[in-house]
Amino acid sequence: MDLAYSEHYESFRAEVREFLKQHGADSPPRYARGRPSEESVLWQQKLIEHGYAARTIPKKYGGYGADPDPLESHIIAEEFSRAGVRMGHSGDNRLVPTVLELGTEDQKEWLIPPSVRGEMTWCQGYSEPGSGSDLASLTTKAELDGDEWVINGQKIWTSGAQYADMMFCLVRTEPDAPKHNGISYLIFSMDTPGIEVRPLVMMTGEAIFNEVFFTDVRVPKDQMIGKRGEGWFVANNTLKHERGGLGDPNEAERRFNEVVEIMQSETLDGARLMDNPVMRDRLLRLQGQMLAMKYNGMRVLSHFIKDEEPGLPRWIVKLQGCELNHQVAGMAIDALGELGVLYEDSPYLRDEGRWQQRYMLDLGLIIGGGTAQIQKNMIGERALGLPKEPRQA
Amino acid sequence: MEFGLSEEQRMLQESVAGYLSSSCPLERVREAAEAGVTHDSELAVGLAQLGVQGILVPEDLGGVGMGYLEAALVSEALGSVAAPVGFVASAVMAPVALMAAGSDDQREQWLPAIASGETNVGVAVTERIGIREGSGISCRDGRLQGKAMFVLEGPDADVLLVADESGVLYLVQTANLDITKLKTIDRTRGVAEVNFDGADADLLPGSAGNTDALQRVIDAGRVMIGADTLGAAQKMLDDAVAYAKERTQFNRVIGSFQAVKHMCAEMAAELEPCRSMVWYAAHAMTAVPEDARLMACHTKAHLAETAKFVARTATEVHGGMGMTDLLGLHYWFKRIGFNRQIFGTPEIVREEAARIQNWVRGTAADG
Repeated sequence: MDLAYSEHYESFRAEVREFLKQHGADSPPRYARGRPSEESVLWQQKLIEHGYAARTIPKKYGGYGADPDPLESHIIAEEFSRAGVRMGHSGDNRLVPTVLELGTEDQKEWLIPPSVRGEMTWCQGYSEPGSGSDLASLTTKAELDGDEWVINGQKIWTSGAQYADMMFCLVRTEPDAPKHNGISYLIFSMDTPGIEVRPLVMMTGEAIFNEVFFTDVRVPKDQMIGKRGEGWFVANNTLKHERGGLGDPNEAERRFNEVVEIMQSETLDGARLMDNPVMRDRLLRLQGQMLAMKYNGMRVLSHFIKDEEPGLPRWIVKLQGCELNHQVAGMAIDALGELGVLYEDSPYLRDEGRWQQRYMLDLGLIIGGGTAQIQKNMIGERALGLPKEPRQA
Repeated sequence: MEFGLSEEQRMLQESVAGYLSSSCPLERVREAAEAGVTHDSELAVGLAQLGVQGILVPEDLGGVGMGYLEAALVSEALGSVAAPVGFVASAVMAPVALMAAGSDDQREQWLPAIASGETNVGVAVTERIGIREGSGISCRDGRLQGKAMFVLEGPDADVLLVADESGVLYLVQTANLDITKLKTIDRTRGVAEVNFDGADADLLPGSAGNTDALQRVIDAGRVMIGADTLGAAQKMLDDAVAYAKERTQFNRVIGSFQAVKHMCAEMAAELEPCRSMVWYAAHAMTAVPEDARLMACHTKAHLAETAKFVARTATEVHGGMGMTDLLGLHYWFKRIGFNRQIFGTPEIVREEAARIQNWVRGTAADG
């Protein structure tokens, strides 16, 4: 155990802090849905110049070109979060690494630079109405006709499809192959004729997700990443690079601290909520869970620094972290009592109605990105070595 | 930056676990429990040879001079075999008290004897956490009056570490003391009621006028109990997983049914972060003093909550067999149950965590 940072990392942290002090105020205040605004693109450009976005993307593809260093990335995330400044992005955390690793040189030059600048935006066409947890059963098909793939079928839960320029999409190209071997990974413009996007309004009142319908959508033959029939492996290959992601313990700690503030500032019958021992105990119990996840996160990070696979401590993060966030939001709502149900532009609204929104969205995150039940299967099978459910023929 | 165990710490873990797996199998635990033995002297000798009782004792006083994290790893290993042997009170809390508040003479008198396993120390601090059954201890003219309850490792102790009503610490020899062993669900642990009746007390001078030493003793005890709980819960989870891979119903091993698989996955998902929590809490005891007390409280409480869930769920995975004496899983179930109650139940300890953070009005943070 050595929680001190070496001199190199301490001075790196000081650099990040200095940057944030000088430029933090230029960051666009909140992430607006839809296409990145002009000021967002400018902010992204500044971040790339300083190495705080697209950090490990090679210079020739428009990135900063640093060697991967999980601790530096962690420090950047930590300092941006502490300063309340919005982080930049690497383009798309799945598409860009995929193209970088498995794309052709032409594909890299075409796709990566505008993606990291935020000028080419992406949506992910994976899930289908009949293929959720069992994604590899997907049936959207692409058939070769001359030099073009012709796509027919439907995707669902496509975040940001209504704003994206491009889609990376899993389609079935080899109908006779076993299900995992019949899939290919195509990329195409969302302006291609035959694509229809229908927003799905969620319980929060917003449409984050969409249904996307394909009718004879024609895509040039070479717009495939990897080979025919290898799409499943292309899609999975990039998952190994994913760090942090859903259930991030730093996010849970931030939100927990906000609830502490609510408990200290909001009153009921003139007394602080914090003075109610039942509410206080519930808060403390969440704090214990939050701290356990925080130190679990440090353990995971430590493995990444040594380029080791953390195993179980990592595999539980999505399951436990998303549940914790949901519970923290629920605690905030209960601390607010009747005020906790106010929404939209109601008078007396607290924190812009964020807690209700989070409570609902976090439930979505418990389901999305691999449901809690699929996470438990993974933990049971991969970490504990329990046998898979026998498959039906 | 490294959050994890060093090579030496892993070796310590392996050597203690290796010794215990051969010397403290279930049959040994059962024999001790049936004979009412809560400090198996043969086991204690073997552990002393590995340096276990002297883990925190400085090398020049006959110990191995390691830290709280190493002590937590030992505690975890003892929990994982439900070892019927003293450790938390005698080898951790007592040395912590002596080092924090003892005189040079007291340290020289007691620490080498603790490290060699020759002297066992029981700890009577429960009254400083909560008073029940009219317990409470006062000191006048070097003599103790009153009753101490739930004195950990008291039945097998040669000496007691006692906190009086103001948190001042004393050592009291047990010869001629009125000590009654209390039977608990956990037959692997010794606890006693002690009536002092004017017994001679040897003041630890550094504890006069402040409660820092006492607090340190309680923090250390809570972290160690948390680590013991971690070991016991991990053992129950491992057993449940092994059983789920072997037990067949409907022509399938039951671990292939999602209902059972998910019970196992939930236990693992809840328990695994506890490991990092115990590591950090132990590390913080010396490296991050500003976090030490809060972490000790949360580790005690959170491990108790998580292990309660694991103990119940792991038993359930075993079906009816989980309830039987034959299988013996109950030794760990009960050890976890005991650990939950001693040195403050989760609600009590969490309230202390709230006070430490100044979240409770009208109470001093050190109360």
